[in-house]
Amino acid sequence: MAREITVRDALREALREEMDSNEAVVLMGEDIGAYGGSFVVTAGFLDEYGRKRVIDTPIAELGIVGSAVGMAMGGMRPVAELMTINFSLLAMDQIVNHAAKMYAMFNGQFTAPVVIRTASGWGQLAATHSQTFEGWYAHVPGLRVVMPATPADHKGFMKAALRGNDPVMFIEHSLIYRNRGEVPDDDDFTLPMEGAEVRREGEHVTIASWSRGYYLAMAAAEELASEGIECEVIDMRVLRPMDTATVAESVRKTNRLVVVEEGWKTLGVGSEISAAVQEQAFDYLDAPIERVGSLEIPVPYNRQMERAVFPDKDTVVEAVRTVLAKDINTANV
Amino acid sequence: MASTKKSRTKGFPLEKDDLLDMYRQMCLIREFEEACAQQYSMGKIAGFLHLYIGEEAIAVGSIKAMEERDHVLTHYRDHGYALALGLDTGEVMAELFGKETGVTGGRGGSMHLADASKNFWGGYAIVSGHLLLTVGLAYASKYLDEDRVAVCYFGDGATNAGAFHEAMNMAAVWNLPVIFMCENNLYGMGTAVEHVSAVQEMAKKALAYDMPAMQVDGQNVTEMYEKTKEALDHCRSGKGPYFIEALTYRFRGHSMADPEQYREREEIDQYRAYDPIPLFRDRLIEEKVAKEDELEKIQKAAREEVEAAVKFADESKDPDLDTLGDFVYADPITIK
Repeated sequence: MAREITVRDALREALREEMDSNEAVVLMGEDIGAYGGSFVVTAGFLDEYGRKRVIDTPIAELGIVGSAVGMAMGGMRPVAELMTINFSLLAMDQIVNHAAKMYAMFNGQFTAPVVIRTASGWGQLAATHSQTFEGWYAHVPGLRVVMPATPADHKGFMKAALRGNDPVMFIEHSLIYRNRGEVPDDDDFTLPMEGAEVRREGEHVTIASWSRGYYLAMAAAEELASEGIECEVIDMRVLRPMDTATVAESVRKTNRLVVVEEGWKTLGVGSEISAAVQEQAFDYLDAPIERVGSLEIPVPYNRQMERAVFPDKDTVVEAVRTVLAKDINTANV
Repeated sequence: MASTKKSRTKGFPLEKDDLLDMYRQMCLIREFEEACAQQYSMGKIAGFLHLYIGEEAIAVGSIKAMEERDHVLTHYRDHGYALALGLDTGEVMAELFGKETGVTGGRGGSMHLADASKNFWGGYAIVSGHLLLTVGLAYASKYLDEDRVAVCYFGDGATNAGAFHEAMNMAAVWNLPVIFMCENNLYGMGTAVEHVSAVQEMAKKALAYDMPAMQVDGQNVTEMYEKTKEALDHCRSGKGPYFIEALTYRFRGHSMADPEQYREREEIDQYRAYDPIPLFRDRLIEEKVAKEDELEKIQKAAREEVEAAVKFADESKDPDLDTLGDFVYADPITIK
């Protein structure tokens, strides 16, 4: 059996179920208790689980992650929440130099299975509150980086992260918390944190994206389908370890690829996917890979300006048309 | 960890066996570090090598006061703690040689010794980062009701970094069993304390967090023992964290790469008069705890142990390159 719920409720269910089944699971972060969480994911948890397990921390991201890593080494299962991914930069040292190194540097003696929840996103919040940094973390061996789109993935990954033994960067998106989808009715529902998923089959072009970008890709595919253009949409879901083989396999069928991300294209996740696909399926590409990303400027506050920075459905549709119009076997490249 | 017998040797807080064991450990660390310097110059040890010479009394005295279940985390000048905690001398030396038999299999080297079975969670090389890990381990100890105190060692240099202040505040606000053990050796790498810290006495920094603090003579091993014990009792009784500033001096450069142009020879000589090992030896003889030849025997045994350790390290194999991908992830990855 399955129910249709929102991303937010999928997260709430995952956290609640794991807290109920494992005393070692605790939540910690800024304003997650009395305030209920900036994105209302943990509302009510303080009353239910108490101050010992729902810990309102100082506004000190380095301290939040560092102490969570220590708690994980000490046998606990902390979920460290960083209000937005912009603030995760203050915790970079603990994420990259500590959490990601603990298992290897000490020769496998101990692990630091900390789950770091954070949210990407934007909404007239200006330059320092509108950034997209999943690629920075996906660059680092030792971390697992998930950036799910569907409610089922949010729930299945969160539960898997809390039962696994590696540090996990769990990146949400502030603009998809209300998106709905089916989630299995099963307290033990978990999903392995690896592998991309083909969510929509199509023969003309492959669109690879993740998180909110996946929804843009699906919307673009719907629109293009009315014109007879069939897009194959791949939800990357996990950025480390990244499953580029599924994208390459799709490209062997469609011969064309559009990669959609909300971050800056330069040295972005899309660059990595593009490089991997040309390594694995160079002979199958009929057109240069098209990359969609945001404008490479500090994000402005003004609504019109901000809209112009980030990709939307129309940008993706346009990229698909571009990749279809080009053909490396003809002169119109 | 001191023996449990109640008897005490006159003038000392411990009985003879423990006193001589501390003397043995200090000699072992000194011999070990001297051998490291030699092996480094012979090219057997590479990378950064930070010696603990002159500061031995801090690790030895404070660790003697702890229980085996207590957690220890340190900065990268970490050989002394490893030996005081009883890690095998040969395996520690083998780690410095980067060998398979090393305590961290040749993956960590000098700065990242660890032994989880002894609750020694490692030496860390990002200044002040491990203070936060200590706070987390203390939280776990309290949460899981384990009665363990978490002790972190760090230098005066770490107290100017953000992580230090976040750790101090969190430990205090959550009332955690943490001992912040600051080894003030007057220099953060090659920069004198007065140029980089608004206060010269590190213990004052605890005031901002309403945390009890004391200054201890870090060259006096029995004082280190006694004062650490007081702090441990404080933490164990649920009163929250404690800050200890151990006053000390590093007799050698920051690392083997240090030309030491920032301090005068005279200053070093002046502090060498406070070498913790002869100071302790003289007291042991003066108070008739041990005779000179007994202490000489201990010293000689330490030297032999280190010689054997160097031989063991030298004869050990390099790690197998086939293991390069091990320990990156604890759970399997199946995708290609």
